[in-house]
Amino acid sequence: MKEIPLEDRLPRTYRIAKIVQETEHVKTFTFPLSFGAKPGQFVMTWLPGFDEVPMSIAMDDGEELKITFFDVGDMTKELFKLNEGDLVGLRGPFGTHYTWQKDQRLILMAGGYGAAPMYFVANEAIKDNCTIDFVVGARGKEHLLYLEEIKGLKNTTLHIATDDGSMGYKGYNTEVLEKLLNLNPSPSPNPISVFACGPEMMMKRISDICVAKKVDCAMSLERYMKCGYGLCGNCVVDPLGIRLCIDGPVVKNEIVQNIAEFGKYHRDDLGKKHTF
Amino acid sequence: MNLSQEILGIHFKNPLVLASGIWGITASSWKEVARGGAGAVTTKSLWPHEHKGNPNPTIISTEHWMLNAVGVPDAGPVKSREEIGEYMKEHPVPLIVNIVGLSAEEFSAIAREIAPFKPDAFEVNLSTPTFLKLRGKLFAEDEKEVEDILKSVKKEIGKIPMFVKLTPNVPNIGEIAAAAVRAGADGITAINTVGPGMAIDLRSRMPILAAHKGGLSGPALKPIAVRCIAEIYEATEGKVPIIGTGGVYTAEDAIELMLAGASLVGIGTALADHGADLFAKIAKDMDSWCTSEGIKEISELTGAMQRELIKRGIKGTSMKHA
Repeated sequence: MKEIPLEDRLPRTYRIAKIVQETEHVKTFTFPLSFGAKPGQFVMTWLPGFDEVPMSIAMDDGEELKITFFDVGDMTKELFKLNEGDLVGLRGPFGTHYTWQKDQRLILMAGGYGAAPMYFVANEAIKDNCTIDFVVGARGKEHLLYLEEIKGLKNTTLHIATDDGSMGYKGYNTEVLEKLLNLNPSPSPNPISVFACGPEMMMKRISDICVAKKVDCAMSLERYMKCGYGLCGNCVVDPLGIRLCIDGPVVKNEIVQNIAEFGKYHRDDLGKKHTF
Repeated sequence: MNLSQEILGIHFKNPLVLASGIWGITASSWKEVARGGAGAVTTKSLWPHEHKGNPNPTIISTEHWMLNAVGVPDAGPVKSREEIGEYMKEHPVPLIVNIVGLSAEEFSAIAREIAPFKPDAFEVNLSTPTFLKLRGKLFAEDEKEVEDILKSVKKEIGKIPMFVKLTPNVPNIGEIAAAAVRAGADGITAINTVGPGMAIDLRSRMPILAAHKGGLSGPALKPIAVRCIAEIYEATEGKVPIIGTGGVYTAEDAIELMLAGASLVGIGTALADHGADLFAKIAKDMDSWCTSEGIKEISELTGAMQRELIKRGIKGTSMKHA
């Protein structure tokens, strides 16, 4: 197994260089540093005196690192109040990442703020001449993220789905995926890969669609984590016993299909089960 | 060469045990450790009621040490009974159930909840640094408290062997161990984390751990573990098995703890660097080393340093608190 560099296990604080308000509930912080992270990996994000949580890396271009987050929990609500120049602790990068072949066709499925790590995938994959269908979904248009950035990518087609029909297709982005796969639009010699990041029930549907259509697929799974580097055992999934900080967060669909709790329940900081 | 042993009526295919606190929250995790080649698994500490841990960061490390202040979180007996029941259906290797509480009554209560599942052994946690936060001292600092708790747990668990996990943060771990044996302990687990220690973030000037202080483990712990195990082995005259834990990363580390007096060896912090397969690797390396040294039974190693000292006319190790 891959060794985690030791310097990644101790958080260090950095000043926020830039803050962008993406939507009413989503912000992006930019830090003037690189962890050499790959798309799909995460950092442990620490607010001194408050808490530390895992977050997907929204971009690491070798010079700057970005995180994009939703003010949904106690910790992210506190982060939301910070200003440029304030200190945030970071350690990482941790976990697995997305992989693709040169000239491949990719379908990127993003639900809510899952658009951020999927944009990181797209930004890197187009350097390998990949052709991309980028399907973003949200409850309504006010929750859609990164649209302008995605429109600016070469070889990339943007598809939008909103539950309320306020922009793009009215319905779930998984319905758009089924249509794309039914069209069998792949002009490239390589098979299609579907990557997904978003709410677990969206990913459960994508997992099942890709099995039915026999399409290669990988997705970003989320479970409660403490250490981020394989010790605490909080992110172990039933019945496989694998740790999602080490064998995830990006998990291939063949493995996802064997995680019995996927789409059914997750565990909290005490190890107690909560159904989705 | 034979790595297996019968200890307190339990068959261990090799002397390597998952230490309490690492992984070990669910049956799936215990089974994964068994698949990785462990001789036995120890659960995380189980409370008689739900117990919240500390906010993060709770676990940080460098190449020399790890600090943890997880705070002994547990969902309580409904969850632990479900997971233990699930594990005991397959029971691939012995299960040691670690229990914790804030009084003799609480320790008895959780022992009573779990005993009907017939785990292979109990391990009574009297030494987590979290006790400092919850009650200002460790039970394992005080012979009287150790005896009271062990006697009441023993009443609940009948013939199931009882280990007690001790702290290195006392001047007299040998005497505490001897008192535990007098109170009915069938074995000793040593050591828990040392310290506690602290680490500070330079820019924010804040302690990194949310709980400020945490128990120290990892490579730096090993020499302290070796000394404590030697003192326990001497004080208990080698009459009860010791699960030696502290800074074990390699077969040579495990062998060293056994020479000091351990019959079984716990592995914890090292699992961050290597997956569950670390157990199989260390077991294989122990087998190779013993074979090359002409050792036929792994149990020959236990306490061999003490026998060597006696052979040379030296009665026990020196430099102890009087």
